[in-house]
Amino acid sequence: MIGLGHYLAVGAILFVLGVFGIFINRKNVIVILMAIELILLSVNINLVAFSAFLGDMVGQVFAMFVLTVAAGEAAIGLAILVIYFRGRGTIAVDDINQMKG
Amino acid sequence: MGESLALTLPEIILTVGAIALMMVAAYGGDRSARAITWIAIAVLIAAAVFVPGIRDAGGVAFDGLFVADSFAAFSKILVYIAAAIGLVAATGWFSRDGDYRAEYPVLILLSSVGMGMMVSAGDLLTLYVGLELQSLSAYVLASFQRTDNRSAEAGLKYFVLGALASGILLYGVSLLYGFTGSTLFGDIAVALGTDGVSAGELFGLVFVLAGIAFKVSAVPFHMWTPDVYEGAPTPVTAFFASAPKVAAIALLTRLAIEGMGPATFEWRQIVIFMALASTILGGVAAIGQPNIKRLLAYSSINNVGFILIGLAAANREGVAAILFYMAVYVVMTLGSFLVVLRMRDEADRPVETIASLSGLSRTRPGLAAAMAMFMFSLAGIPPLFGFWPKFLVFDAAVRADLTWLAAVGIATSAISAYYYLKIIKTMYFDEPAPAYARSHDVPQTVLIAAAALFVSPLGYLAIPLIQPLAANAASALF
Repeated sequence: MIGLGHYLAVGAILFVLGVFGIFINRKNVIVILMAIELILLSVNINLVAFSAFLGDMVGQVFAMFVLTVAAGEAAIGLAILVIYFRGRGTIAVDDINQMKG
Repeated sequence: MGESLALTLPEIILTVGAIALMMVAAYGGDRSARAITWIAIAVLIAAAVFVPGIRDAGGVAFDGLFVADSFAAFSKILVYIAAAIGLVAATGWFSRDGDYRAEYPVLILLSSVGMGMMVSAGDLLTLYVGLELQSLSAYVLASFQRTDNRSAEAGLKYFVLGALASGILLYGVSLLYGFTGSTLFGDIAVALGTDGVSAGELFGLVFVLAGIAFKVSAVPFHMWTPDVYEGAPTPVTAFFASAPKVAAIALLTRLAIEGMGPATFEWRQIVIFMALASTILGGVAAIGQPNIKRLLAYSSINNVGFILIGLAAANREGVAAILFYMAVYVVMTLGSFLVVLRMRDEADRPVETIASLSGLSRTRPGLAAAMAMFMFSLAGIPPLFGFWPKFLVFDAAVRADLTWLAAVGIATSAISAYYYLKIIKTMYFDEPAPAYARSHDVPQTVLIAAAALFVSPLGYLAIPLIQPLAANAASALF
């Protein structure tokens, strides 16, 4: 029988994969955008699973909001990436180093 | 329903204003940018006039999702003032560079809507939507100078790390929701209070605090701050250092006190750690910085540390001290950034090195005096007004039996005084560098003079005015 714990485990694994995708990734920024989406989706799995097991609608409404914001976030992220690429001609993570830090 | 709409009037004014100005910008093009800026400032003032909770008791809208009490009112007015000054700062700076566009005031207005929702959040959903509305506008603002590589890089870094922080915050939100069964701050507090703090709740709490710590740029989540502050156009940096910081700290305070009150023992340790790390790192890392914007970034990290000491106190005096601190901090930091906006060489290009400030007292005595005032005030040296909020914060910490924290705070405050004093030494005792270009921007000059007067010892006259407001706002949370 699949219980709440299984859903939470999948959510946690996806979340960790997303975080590692941002920090370990050395290739390009598109991968980072995908990792961010992964994090948001892991949160949605959590929210929907909790919502179902609590018998409470708020979690599902919240998941809808997260999906909407994620769409806006991806649009803005890609737009900034396009500006950056126009100026520098690269989107490799190692090249984003004009300012130290 | 009608009552709820009345309580959200400032947000409605700002949203309608932003949409209307967006249409004007679309049809009028960039020629209308200046007019739109001044209309946007008027919209911000109108929103500030209609903030509920100043003269009346305020209230709760939409079944607790949105809280319009005196705490929200105090923070909102501070945010709107800071946003308006950010707009005034932008007009002179961009138009000389020729790439001021009409979206700028619209983005600031949308960001202000988000910040208003943040400080009024009574539910994790409002918290998240407000935070994202503010952040998404901020990402665009950071990369506003499309042709400048550093601006685009600042936007990209801010976006990636900001989105990561939102993800961490959301993960915490989902855990808090699952283990307490509600997203309303009040219900979460009840659930945390009934049978101790469970492991799941503790995880949620830590993740949420980490996400918000990123937004207030507290150590160890500060790494984006120096880069974004350096790369973003200077008026945008001035905006970032003031309004969003006030909103994020107000949000953190409300969540910690109202939503996590019964778990004070748990979050207090985290806040104390962040406070100490921020004051120490903000003081030490700034020392070698050659760039004035980077230095002010570390200065803001340092100041956030002091504000968090007030939060660690977790009592009424602490919250009042936080609000008072933010009011003074906004003036000090906007004042210093307005001076940075004046730093332009003869060819009218912006200069950002601290070395170019050498001998400013001989070439531009007025500007040097104002900058000295802001630096002394940020360092918290007694006759200036910046000392008073630091004193209030330490006083609150002592009342909460955190005397050792206050003592360490005073020590780190002495460390950070070093680099503020170094700037004053550069301006007053070094050989003059080439003088800056003269500016004829009257509104900016007036703002610098007003800010310098406020942080001067004359500012103490404002204490009887601000103190009761801050105390009243703090009592809304207890």
